[in-house]
Amino acid sequence: MASSTPNEVESKSFRERILRPLAVPLLAVFTSLVIGALIIVFTAENPAIGLDKLGKGYWGMFEGAFLKRNGILNTLVVTSPLILTGLAVAIPFHAGLFNIGAEGQFIMGAFTAVLAGIYLDLPPVIHPIVVMLAGFAGGALWGLIPGLLRAYLGAHEVINTIMMNFIAFALVSFAVRGPFLDPNTSSVQTYPIQKTAELVRISGRFHIGIFVTLLVASVVYYFLYKTTWGFSLRTTGHNPNAAKYAGIRPRQQFVLSLVLAGGLAGLAGSLEVQGLTHVVTTGIRAGYGFDAIGVSLLALNNPLAIIPAAFIFGALNIGGDFLQIRAGLSVHIVSILQAFILLFVAAPSIVRYLYRLKVSGGVAEGAPVTRGWGG
Amino acid sequence: MSTTPVLEARGLTKRFPGVIANDSVDLTLNKGEILAMLGENGAGKTTLMNMLYGLYHPDEGEILVNGKAVKMDSPNDAIAAGIGMVHQHFMLIPVMTVAENIMLGVEETRGVLAKLPMLGRLNRRAAAVRIKELSKQYSLDLDPDDYIKDLPVGIQQRAEIIKALYRNADILILDEPTAVLTPQEADELFAIMHNLTKQGVSIIFITHKLKEVLKVADRIAVLRNGKMVGTALPADATQASLAEMMVGREVILQVDKSEATPGDVVLDVKDLVVKTNRGQIAVENVSFEVRAGEILGIAGVQGNGQSELAEGLTGLRPIESGHIQLSDRDSTHFLPRQVTEMGVAHIPEDREKHGLIMAYSIADNLVLNRYYQPPFAKGPVLNQEVIDQNGRELVAEYDVRTPSIYTTAGSLSGGNKQKVIVAREFSRPVKLLIANQPTRGVDVGSIEFIHNQIISQRDSGVAVLLVSAELDEILSLADRVAVMFDGRIVKTLPIAEATRERVGLLMAGSET
Amino acid sequence: MNFTDITFILQLTVATATPIALGSYAGLFSERSGVVNIAIEGMMLMAAMMGAFVSGYTQSLFWGVVAGMLSAAMMAAIHAVVSIRFKTDQIISGMVINLLAAGFTGHIYQIYLVPPRWPGSAGTFPELPIPFLKDIPFLGKILFQHQPIVYTMIILTFVIHYVLFYTPWGLRMRAVGEHPEAADTLGINVYFTRYANVIIGGMLAGLAGIWLSLEWVGTFNINMTGGRGYIALAALIFGRWTPFGAFGAALLFGLANAVQVYTQTLVPEIPAEFLQMMPYVLTIIVAAVRRPIPPAAVGQPYEKE
Repeated sequence: MASSTPNEVESKSFRERILRPLAVPLLAVFTSLVIGALIIVFTAENPAIGLDKLGKGYWGMFEGAFLKRNGILNTLVVTSPLILTGLAVAIPFHAGLFNIGAEGQFIMGAFTAVLAGIYLDLPPVIHPIVVMLAGFAGGALWGLIPGLLRAYLGAHEVINTIMMNFIAFALVSFAVRGPFLDPNTSSVQTYPIQKTAELVRISGRFHIGIFVTLLVASVVYYFLYKTTWGFSLRTTGHNPNAAKYAGIRPRQQFVLSLVLAGGLAGLAGSLEVQGLTHVVTTGIRAGYGFDAIGVSLLALNNPLAIIPAAFIFGALNIGGDFLQIRAGLSVHIVSILQAFILLFVAAPSIVRYLYRLKVSGGVAEGAPVTRGWGG
Repeated sequence: MSTTPVLEARGLTKRFPGVIANDSVDLTLNKGEILAMLGENGAGKTTLMNMLYGLYHPDEGEILVNGKAVKMDSPNDAIAAGIGMVHQHFMLIPVMTVAENIMLGVEETRGVLAKLPMLGRLNRRAAAVRIKELSKQYSLDLDPDDYIKDLPVGIQQRAEIIKALYRNADILILDEPTAVLTPQEADELFAIMHNLTKQGVSIIFITHKLKEVLKVADRIAVLRNGKMVGTALPADATQASLAEMMVGREVILQVDKSEATPGDVVLDVKDLVVKTNRGQIAVENVSFEVRAGEILGIAGVQGNGQSELAEGLTGLRPIESGHIQLSDRDSTHFLPRQVTEMGVAHIPEDREKHGLIMAYSIADNLVLNRYYQPPFAKGPVLNQEVIDQNGRELVAEYDVRTPSIYTTAGSLSGGNKQKVIVAREFSRPVKLLIANQPTRGVDVGSIEFIHNQIISQRDSGVAVLLVSAELDEILSLADRVAVMFDGRIVKTLPIAEATRERVGLLMAGSET
Repeated sequence: MNFTDITFILQLTVATATPIALGSYAGLFSERSGVVNIAIEGMMLMAAMMGAFVSGYTQSLFWGVVAGMLSAAMMAAIHAVVSIRFKTDQIISGMVINLLAAGFTGHIYQIYLVPPRWPGSAGTFPELPIPFLKDIPFLGKILFQHQPIVYTMIILTFVIHYVLFYTPWGLRMRAVGEHPEAADTLGINVYFTRYANVIIGGMLAGLAGIWLSLEWVGTFNINMTGGRGYIALAALIFGRWTPFGAFGAALLFGLANAVQVYTQTLVPEIPAEFLQMMPYVLTIIVAAVRRPIPPAAVGQPYEKE
């Protein structure tokens, strides 16, 4: 996975450079939609109803995510947290770690952001930035713990990030019901953040958070591929032994990658609060942190490719609501679609097998993925 | 005589993507003989043996056992045909006992459930009895209840041989069996081999060590670039003639070097103690010094603490106690990066595990321990142009055979991978070179190249610590030889006093 | 807290340890043969749903059990094919199974397990106190007054110990998980061994899921496993991939759970969320204090040739 820019020998045709790498992700999405269709039809009360649901549901998804008034804007609204949580999965992947904890980090970020939004009195412009930093810090703390446990005690991050999710759910649930419950409303939620901490909305629910997100994705790309810090991190992910030999300290990189990841997921939670909800409810669990795994893999862990990948997942999320509205199908269909997309991008060999594609020589398969419990 | 050969291969061909590993290879093995299979790394010896053992399927050709064609689809077929194989990397499960390893796949059961397939109670006692019988019959001392992980390699090798005999093998393939043994242990193995052939076992003995071939073989077959280039009888062959057959050109077996002119002490090690990953003492109170312009060779059988010593010296492994003095500085607890910055070059033992990032380009690998320094980086920002330019220069200078500097390190041959490491480590000013098994698994051409590079480093005033399990390498390069056994340096000899026999005895732990 | 309370807590400990223990046995078969299994959660969830679904529509707990175990075995088979045949990262494959199970069970639930179509639950397995043994003071109530899956779990602990350490099946399974090349050179079919054990594991995870829907709750709820599959995995690791070790770890988690239930009823001042957190915090502590030594080849796809 040369960080080098394409050069004499590497300069291949457009077909080789653009179409080949895109083949697997696109076919993955397509195949998943086909399998989803089969499941809808064959689990329906009878095939006729199934076909009817399928037509209405899929068209509804498409229309809802792209065509309907505000549909595309709503899709972009959920694309934003998916980009950040996608990065929160991708960065640890580059360091050889698997972060299943973006969901918990997101929630903790949302929570600390709300605290900063409620209790700090700051002027506009400054306040939103401080709240974002607070969200980053909250998420980063939730990444720091499994990072330290992994680096210094060898406890596997997969188990610990999952457990940190459950703990975050319980903690925030406690906080929302208990000490921070807003008694002025009938719903279970915290006090709202101050007006000075909110992000500007451009149209409907569409707020300026996505611009922050796009900037962050570019910075992460630059960080990973163009700086010595990124070199150290990626080297650790490829081969921690060789990294050690090269004078890099893998433990630091493990911690750093999970702290950055947690921070970005926390930032996502913060933007969600500042731009949309203004409060934290028990329903803050939107699943972005789990979808993020699919987003990152679909993008082959490339920070810039995460942007379109998050857009696809965002469209599925927004479209999912229309499955319910138009066809009476549950939003769970979206999980099934995402599961298959995840499967096919993680196992390109299945896609190549199904479509008899040749192995694309030289195309980077992204960062290394974890290997069992030992790695 | 003129009986049918016990094993015959006709026109075996095996292709891998991009290479023909075996090209129409013929081979015959007669009853009760030791056939030595000679060839350098990458010549196709292991591929050929894997086909004979049913692990690979030949693309063309056939295999005959006792004159009858046998289809080798899996090791089961080979085992059924009476073929046993002792792999270079032992196929033993460390956390299991000798008996469990040996009975695996041919278990006998007892108890009420014995009739059920695979769910009867393992009959360990029957296996132990049989193992003891075999070990007596072939004088291979072995306790069936020992755990593999607790046994020295020599004994593990016996377990491997018994594993084959337990399956009634009368054809044994031994893949580089002496690589992990002292010269004396190797002699014991040869005695065992003769003992086996006397009792009717036929042996294929794979090696690249010429001396052994002449000592033990009844017949010699030579493989080069996947082709069988000929056979010879030990009586008619010399080391030089075999080397020429093996490499395809005349090989200078002796390294050319002048007398060393040692200068100041560069590395001074006192009472060093280093532990293994499992917390056992691997290096015990080791003291030595290396001077500028000399090569100190560390000889010893693998696993006697050399790896831990090298890792301790380079900061990869914590030092329990003792001192390391690097020129004028105490570097005992230096981190790897500090050691590198002090001017220490390190050729690691396992280049794939420590030395290279397989997925990175050659250019990136060539700055693996300097990427953060100018001119390769400006502040935290990488300067890819300079990195690539550096790559182009070094690839040319060190003759790395590659289509491009953007090629990944993983796609290079073993010799070229090692050249990338050598290029990286030698292309910056250093005062100490720690070379650990610098030529393991590389072709003869690259060996010559690397040896010459090491000598020229020495001649330019670099202190060299050479760790090698190949005694010949030590004897031809080093100016002084320190022998390690069981974590200690048992003796340090000037090269003039370091005869093969004496060093061999020291390697086995018998002090003289 | 009096004597009856302690008996109650311990009885509840054994009961709630059941899905954890069974789940970790599922992981044991898979991981001892070299395939990482974080899909226990998904397999359990699938079986819980299918168990409830089929038993509801047939009004037969028996068919519920069969359907539940088979559905979990199916999920295991998918995990096996993806991991073994297609050599995909096994942790990601496990995530796929979990996500798929969550989506599929939710989808089916919404169509078939809610009114008006839902015919109603077939109930739960009855408690089967064991004659005589149940009358042993203290222990009788804790160990011998349970529903059938609890007993099955206890018996399985011994059976699996025997299979793993005393039979050719177990020897081969461990060999394949430690050093597949070595097993291969002795003619053992690495792929078959892995497929078979992953699928057997799936059936055990199925039993764990069935415990939830047909023995504990009596119906299916969305995401009713609630992380028990992951805790089972932690128990397996804490128990060092041995049946008795995993059983002990499962009891520990069961105890944490039972104490939580007990405290929640008797000391309502402690926020429920903190008590719910206990097993998860415990898992993290447990994973930190005990460095596991996993089967050497776990997580590595086996490449022949």
